[in-house]
Amino acid sequence: MTALLAAESITAGYGDSRAVSEVSLAVERGEVLALVGANGAGKSTLLRVLAGAHRPTAGRVHLRGEDVTDVRDFERSRRGVCLVPEGRRLFASLTVRENLEVGAGSRRAGRWSVDTVVEALPILGPLLDRNASQLSGGQQQAVAIGRGLMTNPDVLLLDEVSLGLAPIVIDELYASLAGVWGGGLGIVLVEQDLERTLAVADRIVCMLEGHAVLEGTPTSLTREQITDAYFGHEVASW
Amino acid sequence: MVIVNALLQGVLLGGLFAMAALGLSIAFGILRVVNLAHGEIMTIGAYLAAVGLSSLGVSVWVSLLAVVPLMGVVGYWVQRLLLQRALTLGELAPLLVTFGIAIIIPNALIELFTTNKQAISTGDLAVRSIKLADGLYVGVLPLLTMAVAIALIAGTQLLLARTRIGRHMRAAADDSETLRLLGVDHRKVYAAAMGLAFAIAALAGVFFGMRQGGVTPFDGQLMVLFAFEAVIIGGLGSLWGTLAGGIVLGVAQTLAGVVSPELPLLVGNLVFLAVLVLRPTGIVRSKVVV
Repeated sequence: MTALLAAESITAGYGDSRAVSEVSLAVERGEVLALVGANGAGKSTLLRVLAGAHRPTAGRVHLRGEDVTDVRDFERSRRGVCLVPEGRRLFASLTVRENLEVGAGSRRAGRWSVDTVVEALPILGPLLDRNASQLSGGQQQAVAIGRGLMTNPDVLLLDEVSLGLAPIVIDELYASLAGVWGGGLGIVLVEQDLERTLAVADRIVCMLEGHAVLEGTPTSLTREQITDAYFGHEVASW
Repeated sequence: MVIVNALLQGVLLGGLFAMAALGLSIAFGILRVVNLAHGEIMTIGAYLAAVGLSSLGVSVWVSLLAVVPLMGVVGYWVQRLLLQRALTLGELAPLLVTFGIAIIIPNALIELFTTNKQAISTGDLAVRSIKLADGLYVGVLPLLTMAVAIALIAGTQLLLARTRIGRHMRAAADDSETLRLLGVDHRKVYAAAMGLAFAIAALAGVFFGMRQGGVTPFDGQLMVLFAFEAVIIGGLGSLWGTLAGGIVLGVAQTLAGVVSPELPLLVGNLVFLAVLVLRPTGIVRSKVVV
């Protein structure tokens, strides 16, 4: 069966520095695929390659079987791949509602509108007319995810959802996201919080220094295997 | 009464400066491009109106219906084909490109039309005035210019605040890469913004031409100076700031003119310098265009 979104032997970097080396992965409809790994493992670069925001030096990206490696970021978003970038990157001079409305820029039809996004992420309801620059970190992340949903994606790429947020805020955010998982949406999740990842992911790919070193389901992998893969054998064997 | 009259004329002159500054403000606020050729774009607008007047015999108002949209389209494609490429090369490249355009256009105009002034007649509009009190008159053309300037600023504000393309322009000014991730081709948004800037510049150029009774190839150099000064005095990138900046500049020049006819330009420049030193963010504390 053709995967919804598949990366084949992706190699990517910045100048002479290689961030991702020959990584292959695939995400299916309705699946949450988590990328875990330490800082600098290449997770964010891989997400950017999948979104078309970074050109790989080798390898191909396929969307529903079609080669989209050379398709630019905005066009890839129109075809159903949306990246919610690290750091939220809201449009600071726009209100929350306007941020969401810009998300409808891809003009794809689907279930997500301002109303359905607010229904799924109720935290946004009272904030719609507030300026994006006035929000807390958790509120900003909710807007960023809502804005991504507004593109009505088939694949949502979430980069560092809980980075810099208080545990209670992360709990609230993930509780809201329960209504987003599934429903045919494929999700690639980059998350530092391993507990959280194991709770929501259907499958896990562990990255170390640009390589995919471990893949499996949360139930098939032991904590030791993931920790070894996360930090590398040398550290884990201390 | 002389001072009151000068103040009033200065305020109305500010409308013209604001109109000239608006396109510059849009280009900077949304694209972060300092368009050094802004004055020359205004000059071309005025020339097109003058040619329409002399060759086709249409009135300046009718010619505006063609000149403004035409320059909008020109701006769109100048951005798509020329400035967008320059933007990818760094901040200096667009500055140099617009500087190059600012040199090419006057020379091309000299080749085509010589250095002679091309007349832009408005009939008796330029001399018609309304009496407010004894010794206090306002010209109909300056009043009309101010009304158009206010309408343009309000219209641009509405466009940016209420329309889809306006939201995209503000979003592109904030973060064009994230805009692309949401399925919007930022190049088209930038081009639309530059098209808007060119169209407004052309309109402002025609109003300048009407005020002066015509246009010469080098008028752009003075016009861009006034536009820059109004933008800086008002606050870089602020829409209503351009009006405030234009009015301050207009009043300064007109009051100086009461003292001596040689002073307006000098005093205008001094006010500009004073604002740069004392309040470099401009007199209007507001959001960018944007």
